[in-house]
Amino acid sequence: MSVNITINDAVKKFGDTTVISNLSLEIYDKELFTLLGPSGCGKTTLLRMIAGFNSIEGGDFYFNDKRINDIDVSVRNIGMVFQNYAIFPHLTVRQNVEFGLHNRKYSKEEITSEADKFLKLMQIYDFRDRKPELLSGGQQQRVALARALVIKPDVLLMDEPLSNLDAKLRLEMRQVIREIQKEVGITTVYVTHDQEEAMAISDRIAVMNGGVIQQVGEPKQIYHRPKNQFVATFIGRTNFLPAIYKHAERMLYLGDYQIPAKNLVLEEDANVLLSIRPENFFHSEQETNLKGILRDSYFLGLNSHQIIEIKHNQQMVEVIHESSLDESLAMGEEISLTVNSAKLNVFSEDGSRNLLKEETQS
Amino acid sequence: MKRKTKFDLWSIVGLLILGLYGLFLIFPMGNLLKQAVIDKDSGAFTLSYFVRFFSKPYYFNTLLNSFKVTIAVTFLTLIVGTPLAYIFARYEIKGKPLLRILIILSSMSAPFVSAYSWILLLGRNGVITNMFKNSLGIVLPDIYGFAGILIVLTLQLYPLIFLYVSGALQNVDNSLLEASENLGTAGVKRFFKVLIPIIAPTLFAGGLLVFMRALADFGTPMLIGEGYRTFPVTIYNEFISEMGGDDGFAAAISVIAILITTIIFLAQQYVSSRKTFSMNAMKKIHPKKAVGLKNVLIHVFSYLLIGLSIMPQVYVIYTSFKNVEGLTFAPGHSLNNYVAAFTKVGSAIQNTLLIPAISLVIVVFLSVLLAYISVRRSGVVAKILDSISMIPYIMPGSVIGITLLIAFNKPPVVLSGTLAIMVIGLVIRRMPYTIRSTAAILQQIPMSIEEAALSLGSSKAKAFYKVTIPMLAPGIISGAILSWITMISELATAILLYTARTRTLTVEIYTQIIRGNYGIAAALATILTILTTLSLLLFNYLSKDQDIAM
Repeated sequence: MSVNITINDAVKKFGDTTVISNLSLEIYDKELFTLLGPSGCGKTTLLRMIAGFNSIEGGDFYFNDKRINDIDVSVRNIGMVFQNYAIFPHLTVRQNVEFGLHNRKYSKEEITSEADKFLKLMQIYDFRDRKPELLSGGQQQRVALARALVIKPDVLLMDEPLSNLDAKLRLEMRQVIREIQKEVGITTVYVTHDQEEAMAISDRIAVMNGGVIQQVGEPKQIYHRPKNQFVATFIGRTNFLPAIYKHAERMLYLGDYQIPAKNLVLEEDANVLLSIRPENFFHSEQETNLKGILRDSYFLGLNSHQIIEIKHNQQMVEVIHESSLDESLAMGEEISLTVNSAKLNVFSEDGSRNLLKEETQS
Repeated sequence: MKRKTKFDLWSIVGLLILGLYGLFLIFPMGNLLKQAVIDKDSGAFTLSYFVRFFSKPYYFNTLLNSFKVTIAVTFLTLIVGTPLAYIFARYEIKGKPLLRILIILSSMSAPFVSAYSWILLLGRNGVITNMFKNSLGIVLPDIYGFAGILIVLTLQLYPLIFLYVSGALQNVDNSLLEASENLGTAGVKRFFKVLIPIIAPTLFAGGLLVFMRALADFGTPMLIGEGYRTFPVTIYNEFISEMGGDDGFAAAISVIAILITTIIFLAQQYVSSRKTFSMNAMKKIHPKKAVGLKNVLIHVFSYLLIGLSIMPQVYVIYTSFKNVEGLTFAPGHSLNNYVAAFTKVGSAIQNTLLIPAISLVIVVFLSVLLAYISVRRSGVVAKILDSISMIPYIMPGSVIGITLLIAFNKPPVVLSGTLAIMVIGLVIRRMPYTIRSTAAILQQIPMSIEEAALSLGSSKAKAFYKVTIPMLAPGIISGAILSWITMISELATAILLYTARTRTLTVEIYTQIIRGNYGIAAALATILTILTTLSLLLFNYLSKDQDIAM
């Protein structure tokens, strides 16, 4: 079954407070779509509106052409995985998985065979007769997934499913979820506040803040071409540096350092904000006009991080480069830097929009 | 998290229960108020009943008496119960599990049975009194009146403080004690400077409960109070003596009683709302062995206190086997009392099982629904139910009895003298406790468990009985056993509502004591104690290490 989710002008109010206003979104068939944002951004609220746990104060929600606004949770045919798994503690693993099947028209044999199929798929068949309290967090998560998938839902909804697991298990389960999702081929909406997790798992991501979708796109797009300052900060790490754009020269001035800029939407001189990710600063053997003083550095194995004070405006920036065997720079030493201009992002001075032309953004 | 309330099955349930409260609580209370301010003959508004109460020292003093003895009891229970709980948490005491059961057992019996037993021991003709008089020539002070009520109620009610404080100490992290020692505050100073402030909210809550119980207790002052008359005794006397005549005065006294308890309840809520903080111990206080004199002292204190509190019951059991001649004990032992008891009691034992059993089913059923509405639902009906269901918590048992009688002894609804009215009385009295304990468990169950059931295709009703109920079950069952124990030893309401057909064991014991049939009374009290003990053991078995919550 293929299902598109369409949301038009969704509104959510808690009492008199509007949490989400006029949000529209299209989620494609069989994709793993992630709602990403800091806590309180409205991502879980939106997910619970799709699920039917939250009332909808305005707008329309569609599964394909079927409007689901007024359809009761129990017949909406969704699979839901909760942050705390919400495994029924009084039932065995098998009974948990079979729970939803009993609410549907299945024969006894079908229930057993369907449950077996998903117990095996999730590799929890050996624990089928145990009580959930005897399972580890990862195993409980597998039960929750099996239980949600066995009912063949139209869509799968996952609310921060990995946040209760330890770091190592989180990576493992991330992989499991992605594989199962592709194998079952189900439209999935995934909520998380962890940007790395979102990048690793998603086909597309919607970055949310303050109840508003900031950007929708593939992980690569969002990382390399963030639509605004918020997205640039929330995804990965970055440095913001004020610069001046001179339209006649098609040139950005970072102090005296020049960066060619041929693909901006601007038609006149302007103050702009550059977003330069730490890995897009390079040390230069030759003298450049972008000078800094090394203030701090720390070694993290794969990479070395340096805190460098930019000379012309005393701003601290973070610079990352692959660690080398002989790192001999001393504190206070002056360094010449260059910038990888291809990966540079230019924002309006208030950070509200990306000034790169559309075609270079995708 | 509360779900946005739509009109659904739960709304209907809420409205139905609201209707029940309207009929069996609000309507009777309105009626009570009406009786209290309307002159029966002229039908005009009058405050003459209230004027009569406050202008005659005969009545007004009972109020003062009640306050004196209740405040004294509350302080004494705190002074005795708190250290005992502390000792139990901090030190190893020999036979601790048994002692715990004895503490709980001594609080679970009907207070008037203890009162009666103390009279047998220390009364004018008491065993100990006579022993001192005959062998040592010492005349012991009189146990009747203030002192008697104080002793009986303190020994009866300190276990509540003990249980409350024990529960609170469970949540005090051991590192808090270590930290204070590290900072130079140890021993007794630490107890007062650190521990007492930490558990202050618990002391307030426990104190309130003791206060309410002591204030409302009817049987103890009735038996041992003699000239020292307290409020519930007056209510009862006025009502019984004026039955069939003008019961406006009893209604007025009841209204005063409700007003007083309301004020105290609100005051307690106000004070403790400013002092609450939540704690969760990662490392609990672990009992260690005390040495030397300290070890001896804490053992003496514990054994003496618990011994004293269990003594009345033990003595009653002992006297139940003594021979009786006329109205006095005679030499020799036999089962005669039991034979006499069984021939005389009629259906009392049956009633003691049947009435609480019916009540219990209703209490559990309604409380679970109400707790669910209170925890999971928002909206006007839920809020109203929340407040109404707690009203009986502050109504003394005898007042509930009178309220029901006044409302239902005349058309449109006549229930007086029926089994139904006794059930209603017990249900109303016990509901607040059961709702509270059920709501507490329900709050521990995350909402997402039910949402998971809904997302898997269950209807709301199905999610409730397939998922919520099974998860609540263990808590509900242990709560139900506690309710059961309180109901079988209930006297204050039953004494007003019973008839020949619906008399219960407690009513029967009370009547036999008043008539002076000590042998039969002792035999019946023993049967009641056995019932209580068995129920308590069942509770212990089913709830394992769960704490008893009142």
